[in-house]
Amino acid sequence: MPTLPQFLSQAFNGIALGSLLALIASGLSIILGALGVLNFAHGAMFMLGAYVAFVALGAWGSFGAALALGALALLALGFALERGLIRFYYRRPPEDQILVTFGLGIMMVEAVRYIFGPLSQRVPLPGWGQGIVNFGFFLYPLYRVQVIGMVAVLLLAFYVLLYRTRIGLVVRAGIEDATMVQLLGTNVQRMFLVVFSLGAMAAGIAGVIYAPLSSVIPNMGEPFLVECFVVIVIGGLGSFPGAVVGGIVVGEILSLTTLFNPAYAQAAIYAVMTLVLIVRPRGLFGTLGRA
Amino acid sequence: MAIALAILPFVFDRWLGSVDLLTRILIWGLFGIGFDLLFGRTGLLSFGQGAFYGTGGFVTAFLLTSGTLHSVWLAMAIGVAAAAAFSVIVGYLALRRIGIYFAMITLAFGELSFFLENSPLSKWTGGENGLPGVTAPSITLAGLDYHFAGSWPSYQLVAGCYFLGFLFARLVTGSPVGAVLTAIRQNPLRTAALGHDVQAYKLAVFVLAAAYAGGGGVLLGIFQSYMPPDAFTLETSGQLVIQTIIGGAGTLIGPTIGAAIWLTLRDLLQLLPAIGDLWKFILGLVFVILVTFMPNGVVGTIIRLWSRAHPPKSEAASAAAPRVAAAVRDRLLAPLPVADGTQASATAPLAIDARDIRKSYGGIRAVDGVSLALPEGALHAIIGPNGAGKSTFLKLLAREETPDSGTILLHGADVTGSDVTAAYQNGLSKSYQINQLFPDLTVRQNLRIGALGRARGRLRLDIFRPADGFAEVEAIVAALIEELALTPCADAVVNTLAYGEKRRIEIGLALASRPSVLLLDEPLAGLSPSEREGVKQLIRSLRKGRTIILVEHDMDAVFALAERITVLTEGRTLAEGTVKDISGDPRVKEAYFGGAGLP
Repeated sequence: MPTLPQFLSQAFNGIALGSLLALIASGLSIILGALGVLNFAHGAMFMLGAYVAFVALGAWGSFGAALALGALALLALGFALERGLIRFYYRRPPEDQILVTFGLGIMMVEAVRYIFGPLSQRVPLPGWGQGIVNFGFFLYPLYRVQVIGMVAVLLLAFYVLLYRTRIGLVVRAGIEDATMVQLLGTNVQRMFLVVFSLGAMAAGIAGVIYAPLSSVIPNMGEPFLVECFVVIVIGGLGSFPGAVVGGIVVGEILSLTTLFNPAYAQAAIYAVMTLVLIVRPRGLFGTLGRA
Repeated sequence: MAIALAILPFVFDRWLGSVDLLTRILIWGLFGIGFDLLFGRTGLLSFGQGAFYGTGGFVTAFLLTSGTLHSVWLAMAIGVAAAAAFSVIVGYLALRRIGIYFAMITLAFGELSFFLENSPLSKWTGGENGLPGVTAPSITLAGLDYHFAGSWPSYQLVAGCYFLGFLFARLVTGSPVGAVLTAIRQNPLRTAALGHDVQAYKLAVFVLAAAYAGGGGVLLGIFQSYMPPDAFTLETSGQLVIQTIIGGAGTLIGPTIGAAIWLTLRDLLQLLPAIGDLWKFILGLVFVILVTFMPNGVVGTIIRLWSRAHPPKSEAASAAAPRVAAAVRDRLLAPLPVADGTQASATAPLAIDARDIRKSYGGIRAVDGVSLALPEGALHAIIGPNGAGKSTFLKLLAREETPDSGTILLHGADVTGSDVTAAYQNGLSKSYQINQLFPDLTVRQNLRIGALGRARGRLRLDIFRPADGFAEVEAIVAALIEELALTPCADAVVNTLAYGEKRRIEIGLALASRPSVLLLDEPLAGLSPSEREGVKQLIRSLRKGRTIILVEHDMDAVFALAERITVLTEGRTLAEGTVKDISGDPRVKEAYFGGAGLP
């Protein structure tokens, strides 16, 4: 049996991983909810954010610069993709949107593989993130505590944007019924552009924050994409609280199962997803009537 | 097809690398035939087909490498069966959701099986190493052993399996099952309302696709004499999707063409030193461009160009089709007799007996305690201002929605708990306020989907007969086409027709089951005055002893057609009576014209 400090340390890991998943999944989820587009390139966008961190930290050593650059780069990429390609897909069947973003994801991964090579590369911890926190009865890496803090602030900002601003109101209304929002005279096209860019930015920021925790490798986004799908199925489509709660739940399941038997960590999240599908097919926070 | 499979290996051997490349293409092609039935035919986009490809391959590989089984053929069959069995579980869960969710859930199960193979089951599957040493089967012909190992013998084995798999898929697509699958892709809700058990058909095609995937995996292991774990990865499932789209979904041969393009381009691009490392980027770019500008894929585009250059001559043929005499039509379109057992106890048989039906949406009581009892053969109209609950009431009667309380008896049998599919099977059908057709099928094919529903029951896997092989169904369809005055356009695709014609097909779909109770939700909506006359005539001639409930805003039509009328307002029955009672009732006028404050 694991000891209490081991257990607590894994529980903290679960929150750190889960909050990152929540950040990525909330971007994916609002794009899905408002635009009806399941962005299969979302994992690749997360990976791009991590590589921006790799480059920026290597060049300047400044985490703040990496964060700003990662956010801006992905915001710009999301903007360009929505204007250049995705917007032509709103009238096409949802399967086509999946296919085109899947293809875009492959291109992103392959471009990075071509430029940076196929091997994994380490990203240094920022100077202020090095060290250990002593919680009295167990020790915990400082940067992971900071990750939880940073993501909490970002999720809060996301919350404020969605629930306390005019544009957020339009986005939430669009998740309910985009056609109706358009009929009421709101420029839905602009809302779609904003949502897609913001969703991409959320993935990019998560990538920057994640990079120092681990190493970067071109196909690192794929498991995150799949885990985000699990998060959305558990939490419910288009639901911001669903993405956050689902993210934490999945993160905790992954971390705590690892404590007992790492081989079953992945299987456990799918088991929970299956359970949710049987007991509550619309997800914990999902509304009825949405496909 | 057989000729191509005989000639192509020589072409590949001479000019395009090797026979092995063609063998790989055919393995992907076989895998893809199943996926095409699932995605191209039925419209279910699965990103988890690798799970079944891997399952089939690993089960067979384990049985052979562990020495559990010595018969290679038996091991191959068990591998396919295992993939199919696994897909029953995955399909049951994934098919609970549709569209985007279905893609996500199948992808998640694909990843799950990769993790299962990689760690918990690694004792049996070799984990990351896979299983080497898979043996090939052999046959004994005229006392000579023939072993399917090596390039050419492997090709013969794979080509043989591919050929059989292709023929089987052709059987499926040409059968009534194939017709129902196509209908499901175009309009799943209407397919269910026409008596087909959509969930069961989806599960059946999901399992069939998994069996094909399993077969592909089995052949991969035998061909390479090694079963690789990456058969389970998202990369495998994704490559299958990409190849199918490039080749052309819904064509059966498309995935094979896509595989040929993908694998040949990969081999060729990797040879070029300047772009060798970028081959996958280039293929990704090609894929994005194809999805954007050529959604029908290579084969689909060729078929489209071909059919544009050679338009089908079916219209002349349908004009020459023998006419169906009125007396024959009367017999063919008369309601099917109701099963005896349900009626035996009732003294005065009621076709419909709805008692105190209630249904709320959130806080709105759409139907608030409506009762309606109709004897057999009645033509009853339901009228009322917008929002009175007429359409909701019809939905409840048609079993599309379940009432919060109350009971519905159909010919004396309680059907409150049954679904819309069962209602159609029991002889109760509805024509919709907004057309619910199969837009890419012809008029004849549309009506056939309806007639097949009642003739075949909820689910039947009769793949060995052609879709138009039921004489009785074809007779009903021909009679319907004549009755609905659709003869000139019988073989035209529905989305090319005018609204009035579509409206008549909409009624025809409901009639195709030869229902004893017919619900018509605003059949005249959107029609011109002359078309209205035609449909009114049609409704009169449809009676033939059947019970009809008509919801309609056109009062002249209602007063001309109906024997009795129910007036609904705000979910309640305001009045019920003969045409004379209702047209003179001051409360009805008040409800329609707003009499608040008048004495």
